[in-house]
Amino acid sequence: MTKVLDIPKVNAKNMTEKEFFYGHKACAGCGGSIAVRLALKVLGERTYSALPAGCMSAVGFIYPQMAFNSNAIITTFPGSASMAAGIAAGAKALGQEDFKTVVFAGDGGTADIGFQALSGMIDRNDDVLYICYDNEAYMNTGIQKSGLTPYGTKTTTTPAGQNIPGTVTHKKNLFEIIAAHDIQYAATASIGYPQDFLNKVNKAKHVKGASFIHVYASCPTGWGTPTETSVEIAKDAVDCGLIFLAEYEDGEYKLNRNPKEFRSVEDYLKKQGRFKHMSDADIQCVIENRDKKWERMRKNWL
Amino acid sequence: MKNNKVFISGDEAVAQGVRLSRPHVVAAYPITPQTITVERLSEMVEAGEMDAEYMHVESEHSAISATMGASAVGARTFTASSSQGLLYMAEGLHYCSGGRWPVVMMNANRSVALPWSIYGDQRDSLSLLDSGWIQVYVEDAQEALDMIIQAYKIAEHKDVLTPMMVNLDGFILTHTYELVEIPDQEMVDHFLPAFETPNKMSFENPKNLGFSSRPDDNTEFKYQQNEAMFNAIDVIHKTDKDFADMFGRKYHGMVEEYMCEDADVVLVALGSVCGTVRVVIDKMRAEGKKVGLLKIRYMRPFPVEEVKDLAKRVKAIGVIDKDISFGYEGTVYTNVNSAISQIDKYVFKSNFVGGLGGRDITKAEIEDMYNKLYAGLENKSEETVEFFSLNVESND
Amino acid sequence: MSRPKHTEYQIPQHINDYPTGPQYDAGFLPEKNAGWRTFKPVVNHDECIYCLRCYLLCPDGTIMKDNGKIKIDMDYCKGCGVCAHECPKDAIAMEKE
Ligand SMILES: Cc1ncc(C[n+]2csc(CCOP(=O)(O)OP(=O)(O)O)c2C)c(N)n1
Ligand code: SF4
Ligand code: SF4
Ligand code: SF4
Ligand SMILES: [Mg+2]
Repeated sequence: MTKVLDIPKVNAKNMTEKEFFYGHKACAGCGGSIAVRLALKVLGERTYSALPAGCMSAVGFIYPQMAFNSNAIITTFPGSASMAAGIAAGAKALGQEDFKTVVFAGDGGTADIGFQALSGMIDRNDDVLYICYDNEAYMNTGIQKSGLTPYGTKTTTTPAGQNIPGTVTHKKNLFEIIAAHDIQYAATASIGYPQDFLNKVNKAKHVKGASFIHVYASCPTGWGTPTETSVEIAKDAVDCGLIFLAEYEDGEYKLNRNPKEFRSVEDYLKKQGRFKHMSDADIQCVIENRDKKWERMRKNWL
Repeated sequence: MKNNKVFISGDEAVAQGVRLSRPHVVAAYPITPQTITVERLSEMVEAGEMDAEYMHVESEHSAISATMGASAVGARTFTASSSQGLLYMAEGLHYCSGGRWPVVMMNANRSVALPWSIYGDQRDSLSLLDSGWIQVYVEDAQEALDMIIQAYKIAEHKDVLTPMMVNLDGFILTHTYELVEIPDQEMVDHFLPAFETPNKMSFENPKNLGFSSRPDDNTEFKYQQNEAMFNAIDVIHKTDKDFADMFGRKYHGMVEEYMCEDADVVLVALGSVCGTVRVVIDKMRAEGKKVGLLKIRYMRPFPVEEVKDLAKRVKAIGVIDKDISFGYEGTVYTNVNSAISQIDKYVFKSNFVGGLGGRDITKAEIEDMYNKLYAGLENKSEETVEFFSLNVESND
Repeated sequence: MSRPKHTEYQIPQHINDYPTGPQYDAGFLPEKNAGWRTFKPVVNHDECIYCLRCYLLCPDGTIMKDNGKIKIDMDYCKGCGVCAHECPKDAIAMEKE
């Protein structure tokens, strides 16, 4: 792997002015499209993008409007990692050099239906960067619960009523599941911390082999938040400790942010329609789960 | 021509055909009775006899996804499967034909669970007849090898650009050893040009592939796909002729007739059972019975004209189906019957369903089929559908 | 050209006018998104310090650099307001269309 120090930093000032995700039909203020757009600006022109069924493919390729301004393909919902692996293998076999293959898959396409293919891709160490944009539900099909939908969330398949607080399970521990493959490079990120995300994509770009980024990406439509707060809410999630920024590299975990104090979980939840119904006890459950997780991360990763 | 004959199984013959076709990427997941093919291919890659990326995919869904991905950048690809694996690919099969990626696959025809059975019938591929793949059924190991090479030429033709499935009866063909001629690599290179397609992503000409279409355009894309499948008919004939010119082996395109010129009563079948039928024909012909065989090679595109032409000439047609569409009849029969109905003439028709889950189809049973066709003809019956080899009494 | 521009699309008249299979030129944009807006961003260049935060965070990539100033492609801006909300100088106002 290229030494991190040798990789020139990409930021708003020096990044390419070329846009590679443009004229798409994502809802106004879509966080997923910020993640895709920024990652493609880091990866540049010589990129093959593979997107399974999900919002980012649904809004990007409606014939004849082709919103990807570089090579891109929609894959089957479960098959993004393997199709991307095939692209990388095919291009290599044809003698192509100096290119990157990237997946942009949703939380459902990653942690649920696409997981088998993703695990295989990492196991084979295929030369693919897999980016999961996590909007915490199956948005494209109308906001149903996925394996990364957090506790309490009201979705169209986990209605919040008298007896159930919405979603009753906590998010799958995706980052550690991926790291457990002993992948060369994995990271979590949030569009609320864009420079950190750019740095991680840039690092992953230089990995030869499989790498993975789990980026938290708000969805104003599914979350019940105003369109202009998409970046703010994704930052709040990190600041209140429900989302953490970390890396797994050379077999070691690294916590990128370890705040002394968390901002209020309740404030974060109450800003969003999907959590409005939650009782104090539900919120307490979320906080306890957060604290348990941080205790473990701090003990093991610092 | 160099004489290079070796004693190999059908699965190994397929592997040889693949090696000679020089795919860039091979992605497959093991399943009996296809395994020998993928093992041999791995060995060939290991030995440097094949310059391909061999992908150890974790499932059939990934095998077809990976080959589509490679094809989408212009690489030649191969995959292989059977039975449960083929069904697990189903989403990808439709995706691949709709994407117009000319992936070539070998399918070892095997029964479908439940009950579990690793043995042969043709329910796997026939249940996916509508997935948009060209489907050819071969009869022996030599044809298997030759058809892999031809498959690339047909599938990759610019007017076709449609994936192709080469079907071999499980065990009967996949595991039986035969003397097979291995074509010369230089001649194969000459026969099979490099893969070119407009339907790919490249840095010279960046594209968005696999898009969604609105109702305004979707029908047109499907029309185009159907047209490409029909275009394959001419390409199949031309490829068969070119192949015969170069390698001296001819397979007669869409179908192959045996003793049909003056036949009154004909059986229609796919794959390895045709060999047994020929033996029975020789015996019955010696007894003065005018019997014949129509071996259907291609189920898609379907040989409508050939079946109509036969129906005009004969009096009774029986169809052997190693599959059943529950609640109706055998799928091959449905297809043959639909072609026969296009001509204005009485033909007695009968569907013989059997050979399921590896049960042998015996010479005696085939002779019995011919006799039933004669009987039906005599009684001026319309048609019959029957399971021909139940070991027990039925409720009928 | 740093970003794709609106392109005319010829409606196919013949089946052969369609591409072979679902494949088309990257960045081909026959439709604009301007019609989605109810509010539009208006930049006050006197307040703007050219920090490029808005450029970085626009979900649609419609903010561009233009000789030391930012400029917005109003054909594709959806009026989400992220730029205005994130601007450290409040240099962008969202005005009713
Ligand atoms: C095999 C299969 N099952 C189900 C679907 C329907 N489907 C399409 S997108 C989607 C949800 C995608 O959710 P996620 O991966 O989180 O992406 P998002 O839409 O939220 O961006 C579902 C269920 C499908 N296309 N294919
Ligand atoms: S539903 Fe959510 S994720 Fe999907 S396009 Fe709209 S804002 Fe983006
Ligand atoms: S965020 Fe505000 S100050 Fe910064 S460049 Fe944009 S308009 Fe100017
Ligand atoms: S309003 Fe939204 S789409 Fe328009 S320029 Fe600002 S951030 Fe971009
Ligand atoms: Mg989602």
